[in-house]
Amino acid sequence: MLTVGSIHEGFVLDHIKAGKAMEVYRYLHLDKNEATVAIIKNAQSNKMGRKDIIKVECPIDNFNLDILGFIDKNITINVIKDDVIVEKRSSVTPKIIKNVIKCKNPRCITSIEDQLDHVFFLSDPEKGIYRCTYCEQAFKGLN
Amino acid sequence: MKHLMSPLDLSLEELDQLLDLAGDIEKNPTKYAHACEGKKLATLFYEPSTRTRLSHEAAMLNLGGSIMGFSSANSSSAAKGETVSDTVQTVGCYADIIAMRHPKEGAPMVAAKRSPIPIINAGDGGHHHPTQTLTDLLTIRSLKGRLDNLTIGLCGDLKFGRTVHSLIQAMSRYENVNFILISPEELRLPSFIRVDVLEKNNIPYKEVVTLEDAMAELDILYMTRVQKERFFNEEDYIRMKDFYILDNAKMELAKEDMFVLHPLPRVNEIAVEVDDDPRAAYFRQVQYGVYVRMALILTLLDIHVA
Repeated sequence: MLTVGSIHEGFVLDHIKAGKAMEVYRYLHLDKNEATVAIIKNAQSNKMGRKDIIKVECPIDNFNLDILGFIDKNITINVIKDDVIVEKRSSVTPKIIKNVIKCKNPRCITSIEDQLDHVFFLSDPEKGIYRCTYCEQAFKGLN
Repeated sequence: MKHLMSPLDLSLEELDQLLDLAGDIEKNPTKYAHACEGKKLATLFYEPSTRTRLSHEAAMLNLGGSIMGFSSANSSSAAKGETVSDTVQTVGCYADIIAMRHPKEGAPMVAAKRSPIPIINAGDGGHHHPTQTLTDLLTIRSLKGRLDNLTIGLCGDLKFGRTVHSLIQAMSRYENVNFILISPEELRLPSFIRVDVLEKNNIPYKEVVTLEDAMAELDILYMTRVQKERFFNEEDYIRMKDFYILDNAKMELAKEDMFVLHPLPRVNEIAVEVDDDPRAAYFRQVQYGVYVRMALILTLLDIHVA
């Protein structure tokens, strides 16, 4: 049995689809942050069979977690303060995502103007389809 | 600050007002001949488009205004690496309104975010060409007296033709409009219009391959050119380019009050003999394009003529 220490202040991302933890890690730019991070892969789960978990020792306000709903809407967020879970949040599909994915349309203005933000808006919540705010190229959400 | 980015930017009410104004301009051109005196239109054309540029310029000149601009990226500071945002902020100090054509999709929207003056999207890649759609709507309304209760045939390249996509989106907002989609299998309407616009809104349509199968039912026939630049190989283009040729024999099958539109330029898809048919409306459509752009300039500049 693997044991990972508890968190004093931070958050735990639970119910990540097994094998997706590193993708979440990269989308949250945890590689560029100095926080202590534990990545648990293929943990046993009654609900999912296997799941991934990420524990982050760092105040939650330092991160924009809206993007989690774009990556995997089943992820739950446990907010921890003084060693106890003070809040459980569900992921919400964000209406706008900024500089998370890049527009792949070679005819889009973002393909030649580097300083532009890559902004996508949710155009079809049922199908999880986002569109580039400039050229409207469709991008299927990762859910 | 108002801009025109997409044909759907205008509500039906705003569209009606704009088309009414264009109609009044057609009837009373002298009333508007000095409406834009002292105002300047900058045409920022990052790729050549003679017809669209001249139409905007003619519109401003008809209103008594003046024009400036460039007609290719090579003759602008874009060649030195200037961004669209910087260019419009600079031009905004010289002019009162901008008409922009750009090969990159979304460029006019980037411009609109920082521009101190109104921007008209005069075509951005394969994305939008809203002033063409306004032209089409004004033409149909002027010729038929209405934009509802119509059967509209769209013929040719329905796959890549942005004017077709925009016209379907715009006409879908009116009551009892039916579409007959006339194209070869390879150039059929893409699903993002067929499913997301027509089927989602329960708009009746049918797909046919020959013009003869549709002619008798149509109130409007919208012809399009098969565009060479959309094909990866010459062989496919040659096979498709003469797939439809509208001639007098086919016009015989149509109603007497049917009208033929075309965004132009045409290649072979409408035989020259059809030009003499009173139902051939594509050159009148060009004239309507000037009226609607005059109305658009006045609206965006918030100029009211008593």
